[in-house]
Amino acid sequence: MIRFTHVTKEFPRTGFALRDVSFHLARGEFAFLTGPSGAGKSTILKLSYLDERPTSGEVKVAGTSSVTITGRDVPKLRRKLGIIFQDFRLLEDRSVEENIAFALEVTGAPSTGIASRVGKLLTQVGLASKGMALPRELSGGEQQRVAIARALANDPMLIVADEPTGNLDERATRGVFQLLRDINAAGTAVLMATHDLELVRQAKFRTIELNHGQLVFDSGAPAPAAAVGDDA
Amino acid sequence: MRLAWREALLAFRRAPMLSALSVTTIAFSLFAFGLFGLVALNIRKALTEVEDRVEVRAFIVDGTTAEQTGAAIADVRAFPEVASVTMVTPEAALERARRELGEFKDVFDPGILPASLDVRLKEGFRDPATVKAVADRMKTYDFIDDVRYGEEWVQKLYRIRTLSTLAGMLLGLTFAAVAIIIIGSTIRMAVLARAREIAIMRLVGATDSFVRSPFLIEGALKGFLGGLLALLLAWSANAVIGRYVFRADFFDVRLSVLGVLAGALIGLLGSLLSVGRHLRDV
Repeated sequence: MIRFTHVTKEFPRTGFALRDVSFHLARGEFAFLTGPSGAGKSTILKLSYLDERPTSGEVKVAGTSSVTITGRDVPKLRRKLGIIFQDFRLLEDRSVEENIAFALEVTGAPSTGIASRVGKLLTQVGLASKGMALPRELSGGEQQRVAIARALANDPMLIVADEPTGNLDERATRGVFQLLRDINAAGTAVLMATHDLELVRQAKFRTIELNHGQLVFDSGAPAPAAAVGDDA
Repeated sequence: MRLAWREALLAFRRAPMLSALSVTTIAFSLFAFGLFGLVALNIRKALTEVEDRVEVRAFIVDGTTAEQTGAAIADVRAFPEVASVTMVTPEAALERARRELGEFKDVFDPGILPASLDVRLKEGFRDPATVKAVADRMKTYDFIDDVRYGEEWVQKLYRIRTLSTLAGMLLGLTFAAVAIIIIGSTIRMAVLARAREIAIMRLVGATDSFVRSPFLIEGALKGFLGGLLALLLAWSANAVIGRYVFRADFFDVRLSVLGVLAGALIGLLGSLLSVGRHLRDV
């Protein structure tokens, strides 16, 4: 699903954000991305939805390579992904329903099916009764659920989540994380950056740890002989 | 597309003052253009009426034979520009002069006026240059004494028309440039104000053209409204002039539609020039 091959990313002003990072996330897999602030977690996520391009090396996501992709192909790739942020990134002046419908309208989905699709997504994230609410009328956990519903709108193959529980209390964290687990159980791969080591420990998913832009630990790295399939 | 229209309309609600300013500037640019256009239109109409009366009169030397004039008439009739040639005898010329001069009809003695060939030109050949060319060709006959065709005032009218057209275009273009700049900066502000929304649109997979389209619609819509307002202003001005000064013609439907579309084009151009540049920054 995602394959990083000797990826280095250098920014003109701040220098190296990643150095020679290689890893592979398989279809349907769940992996945590951990490490201290500034370790390069967000850079990895940005590279995986091609908001950034590597300085050297190759990022391959859902069959698309950072080496060959053109600007026109980026939106097509993004429609196969769902992206979630710590700060939710909802449109404040629109209702919950409109926020989710927005993701469908933007991709040119036929307007007839949008309302029922939005209804299903809201039920899936447990917010069926909050469709008309504005984001500011919801709790943090609920807002993140809306963001997740929006991320799911286009049936993504992969969810990229940047500290999705970073702004939430423990209860909300558990709820949102359970939702991500359910989504993963249904076959969607998840790459989730987090500071929450307790969550990482409890969940027993694969963990990729970064420090100073380098990959320092990968609990799921396949042994050399086992690395055969390539579904990136 | 539905979303793009909704977003574009939302922009009017978010910044009503700025939107009104853009619409007004476009309206004034087109209004200036339109006023001078009306002047040009009415001068053109006057010219057509005057042109109907354009006539080349070639005076014939005394003692010219009927054969000579007959041959010349046949000759001149064959000119492609010429509609008709009439031989006016000195008696007929005197008759006409007396009729036209009314109470001064007795100032002419019989035989004082020369015979002439009066040449009328076909439509489309009555501009100063063609009239002069025909007059010059007629001067080449030995028995033609002098050729008159009232050139000064025909040329003057043409000059006024050209000047008013040029002034209208210059003023209109200046205003149009200002309108494009204003539209461009309102679009810039709109892009910056909606940076967050644009970023979200891109994250969920919107193409650049999709992101751009509400802004383009917004610009074109402002231009269209500006065009309508300009048309209304020009129509009111024309009505006022018609009531207190003189009756003037107004643009026909085709020109009116063209004017409104020109407004839409100015608006579209302003946002097109601005949106691409600023979208890269957000």
